[in-house]
Amino acid sequence: MTTINRVLVANRGEIARRVFATCRRLGIETVAVHSDADAALPFVAEADVAVRLPGSTPAETYLRGDLVIEAARRAGADAVHPGYGFLSENAEFARAVADAGLTWIGPSPDSIERMGSKIESKKLMEAAGVPVLGNLTADTATEADLPLLVKASAGGGGRGMRIVTRLEDLADEVAKASAEAESAFGDGTVFVEPYVEKGRHVEVQVVGDGTDVVVFGTRDCSLQRRHQKVVEEAPAPGLSDATREAIHEAARAAAASVGYVGAGTVEFLYDPAKESFYFLEMNTRLQVEHPVTELIHGVDLVALQIAVAEGRGVDASVGRVAAEERGGVSRPTGHAIEVRLYAEDPSSDYAPQTGRLLELDLDHDLEFGTAFEGVRSCIRLDSGFETGNEVGTFYDAMLAKVIAYAPTREQAARALARTLEKARIHGLVTNRDQLVASLRHPQFLEADLATSFYDDHPGTRERAAADELLPFAGAVALAEHRRLGAPVQRQIPAGFRNVVAQPQSTRFAVDGEETDVRWYGGREGYSLAEDATVAVVSASPLEVVVDVAGVTRRYRTRVVDRAVLVDGPQGGATLHVVPRFVDPADQVAEGSLLAPMPGSVIAVHATVGEEVAEGRPILVMEAMKMQHTVAAPYAGTVTEIAASAGDQVEAGSVLAVVTPTVGTTDTDNEAGEDA
Amino acid sequence: MLEKIESLHAEQAKAVAGGGEKYVARHRDRGKLTARERIDLLVDEGSAFLELMPLAGWGSDFKVGASLVTGIGVVEGVECLIVANDPTVKGGALNPWSLKKSFRAAEIAEKNNLPSINLTESGGADLPTQKEIFIPGGRGFRDLTRSSARKLPTISVVFGNSTAGGAYVPGMSDYVIMVKEQAKVFLAGPPLVKMATGEESDDETLGGAEMHSRVSGLSDFLAVDERDAIRLARRTVARLNWRKAGGQRTVPDYNEPDLDPDDLLDLIPTDLKEPFDPREAILRIVDGTGPGNEVPFDEFKPLYGSALCVGWARLHGHQIGILANARGVLMSEEAQKAAQFIQLANQKDTPLLFLHNTTGYMVGAEYEQGGIIKHGAMMINAVSNSKVPHLTVIMGASYGAGNYGMNGRAYDPRFLFTWPSAKSSVMGPAQLAGVLEIVARQSAESKGEVFDADGFKGIKEMVEAQIEEQSLPYVLSGMVYDDGVIDPRDTRTVLGICLSVIDNQPIEGAMNFGVFRL
Repeated sequence: MTTINRVLVANRGEIARRVFATCRRLGIETVAVHSDADAALPFVAEADVAVRLPGSTPAETYLRGDLVIEAARRAGADAVHPGYGFLSENAEFARAVADAGLTWIGPSPDSIERMGSKIESKKLMEAAGVPVLGNLTADTATEADLPLLVKASAGGGGRGMRIVTRLEDLADEVAKASAEAESAFGDGTVFVEPYVEKGRHVEVQVVGDGTDVVVFGTRDCSLQRRHQKVVEEAPAPGLSDATREAIHEAARAAAASVGYVGAGTVEFLYDPAKESFYFLEMNTRLQVEHPVTELIHGVDLVALQIAVAEGRGVDASVGRVAAEERGGVSRPTGHAIEVRLYAEDPSSDYAPQTGRLLELDLDHDLEFGTAFEGVRSCIRLDSGFETGNEVGTFYDAMLAKVIAYAPTREQAARALARTLEKARIHGLVTNRDQLVASLRHPQFLEADLATSFYDDHPGTRERAAADELLPFAGAVALAEHRRLGAPVQRQIPAGFRNVVAQPQSTRFAVDGEETDVRWYGGREGYSLAEDATVAVVSASPLEVVVDVAGVTRRYRTRVVDRAVLVDGPQGGATLHVVPRFVDPADQVAEGSLLAPMPGSVIAVHATVGEEVAEGRPILVMEAMKMQHTVAAPYAGTVTEIAASAGDQVEAGSVLAVVTPTVGTTDTDNEAGEDA
Repeated sequence: MLEKIESLHAEQAKAVAGGGEKYVARHRDRGKLTARERIDLLVDEGSAFLELMPLAGWGSDFKVGASLVTGIGVVEGVECLIVANDPTVKGGALNPWSLKKSFRAAEIAEKNNLPSINLTESGGADLPTQKEIFIPGGRGFRDLTRSSARKLPTISVVFGNSTAGGAYVPGMSDYVIMVKEQAKVFLAGPPLVKMATGEESDDETLGGAEMHSRVSGLSDFLAVDERDAIRLARRTVARLNWRKAGGQRTVPDYNEPDLDPDDLLDLIPTDLKEPFDPREAILRIVDGTGPGNEVPFDEFKPLYGSALCVGWARLHGHQIGILANARGVLMSEEAQKAAQFIQLANQKDTPLLFLHNTTGYMVGAEYEQGGIIKHGAMMINAVSNSKVPHLTVIMGASYGAGNYGMNGRAYDPRFLFTWPSAKSSVMGPAQLAGVLEIVARQSAESKGEVFDADGFKGIKEMVEAQIEEQSLPYVLSGMVYDDGVIDPRDTRTVLGICLSVIDNQPIEGAMNFGVFRL
């Protein structure tokens, strides 16, 4: 048995903060490692000491096990917590940590390796009696396994895949698929596995201490986009007692089969139609979505990880896990739902967003429920970012996790949706609207979950309709801000005119679209030029109260840099102030191709003077692990290439200029006619 | 009063309409901004613009507004006097009223120590009225360079024509910005040059923005368009290194008036023969009760000369002295009280506000024998020689020498505004008509004729109506005898702007006055 006194977290953002929080509670000192890009993030400041890892890419920093161990040595850490991602499932690193005389807060390198291999882990599971997908043949398949999926071993992209709904068709289909695969891929090997038409992702949290494995129930993580979990909850809803018990037991058996020590998650594909589940893989680390389990079981999983790493038993470490649950299953109370708030725009193909997070703030008044209900209700925010932080291109775009805990699933979903709707999130486009739409979706509320949810409901990607008065409230707050900050005439009502000729005009860009607010100021206070029924009851830079036909709406406002952040009862908006004047020297030349986002130029496909057709790729940029091709918007001549491969560019910077070929644009046509 | 305010808005709308829909549309079609749009872009976003003399030219043969828009606006945090030609009115041609208005504007810039910005686009003098313009018109250029010499920068932004005499507006300015392909600045255009010297030329060669920016050097900045020109003007002001000479005073916190300013509409009786208590107006204009301002209006000498109410108050935190007529007529006590109060304000460098509702100095044997002339003279002496800034608001009547003693236009108040209820003339219309009747009767009787009282009735009514009409505020405003007719409810804000503007000049009260005849 060891005692850990100083933990280094080999990770960043919210998970580093999460581990530090438990360490502080336990009286353990904390060490952060951070890249240059992360130097200003809160996790660095919250650690007792921090060690810089030079550079910004993961390969230069958080993936450099040698540097992390060196950092631990320099900072005097005696244990390393890997968080999730990065080196968390790297057995070699786990070994190196132990070799350096440090305690590894995680499962043994051997467990990591065995579970890390998909083939070996499946074999292990089969041996342990855990149901595994894809081990049927035309001979072994039974009526109960229907429908079946026949797929080519070497295939991809759906080629050679066949769905079989009648057992008598199977042999024939296998033969056809095999022939097709043979001709397409030169390999006729095919698999037969149960076809899960509407599968759910259900997983089980386990913690092993070498002697026992305690099961901390299920989680459902079905709502995913591009295999990235978005909404997670615990317990997984809609499982029969028998299924729940069976899946718990399968997970326990899976962990026990490798003598698992530490926190881990066994993932299953669950087929609600048949109430059957299949082992997918085991994650040998703390999951992103661990908070939902913590809330319903009242357990600090990080504390458990530390305890187990110190050689203590799970039951001895956690009061909540009573003796009767030793080697058994912890009983949950209530329901918890987590959403992952990403800096991404679902309406434009989930394009990652970068920039300054102008505001990130939630209302936590839902704690109010505490006094009334047996079960505590709460909203938990696990965030790696705070107001003012820069969100860059180097790492995952997750800003925060917001978790609601309530006595029932419906209550948790409703509270979480409203909290998100009212959350003040500014500066970056996020998937907030999609999260709210998901949590309020009838199919979600009926717990009719499926991993295909977002493909089935593309409407959830649309931005929610914004409160039409947000720009007006923003214009008023901005006018008040300017008035109070003016060097003279601060006492005079904004926009005062003793002779009124035209309304004042305030121009904002909202999500890239410009909007003009026309308003009057003066003796009677603020009014909206287009709508006389809208009256401003009170105005300050921080709050604008508007009356619309006897109903008052309260807007929270804040002027930051060149933006006004407005939040009303029905959501908010970041209003970017469009400057009245642009220095012609700063104006970009017509035909300029601008960087759509910050990132690096990885290839230049055109040269100056080259004639290009419409749609011809000019440059390729890489940002947030995705490539974007910048193409010619029309046929023309490349007159300038302003970037070269390897350049880091800011969003909006000029990459190249294409001058349209005479006769291809409207103005040229007109000129031609005149001639 | 609301009817009068509606009528005021209707008159102002005439000025705003400029040359009318057709000409405004034509101007816009050329991609140009109107004078007021240029001003709105020039001033800081959301800041106030106090338009001055909007009704100049009212009642004349010329458009209301006299083809100029002028006022005080805040540009890059600096209070500036702005004059913009309205090119939709006869191409911005200047008539005698334009001249009067622009001279008054220059005077305001001078007295209050303000930089001035000219937004120029004018075809020059309105030629049919050249005889009234040509000789006095030279003062405009004199004012510009004297302003510059007084360390008051002048900026000229040329949006279009600025030719012949007009060329000296940029010529005399400290900073000149010209709009590409629009500005045209020359002493003589191609036809006149052809006539004078036989030389063939064109507009651009003689006076285009490019030429003046690259060749003659008359233009300091070449703007790509109107917006860019305004941007450059703002950058120029931003670099003036402007400091308010009266000190960037930190004014104390204040409260809004104790009484509702909306009531000002009901305060003034329709018949100006009925007096009203000016304290009711004062308490709706000045700062309300609050810390440091425990009494909103501290009356001085309340028991003496009670037809004139004087005292101290604050407006937007600025201390001011107020003189307001309480019962129309001014008698010896009132005149002496006013003279003393004006001296007290000068002793402590405190601006004065005059609120008119006066029928003039008292007449009659008792008052003449009591020395009303010399006491009235004391008041006029004090007003004339006072050096603290004066603000005047004509709320109601302003007749006879009362107009003078209460700091009428002839006494150079920094700003003078009238309410729509105001009336000014040498005496009340009925009195004037009555006086005429008496004089006519005496004249008839001295000639031994019988005075035809019935026959004179028609003349009397006509005169009364004429005087009544001439005493209305639009007439006086049209003749540029005030700086504007304002909605009484805006009085506090308008005076607040004036008090802020006044701070561009240090206040040094006079301790020397003319000989007071005691």
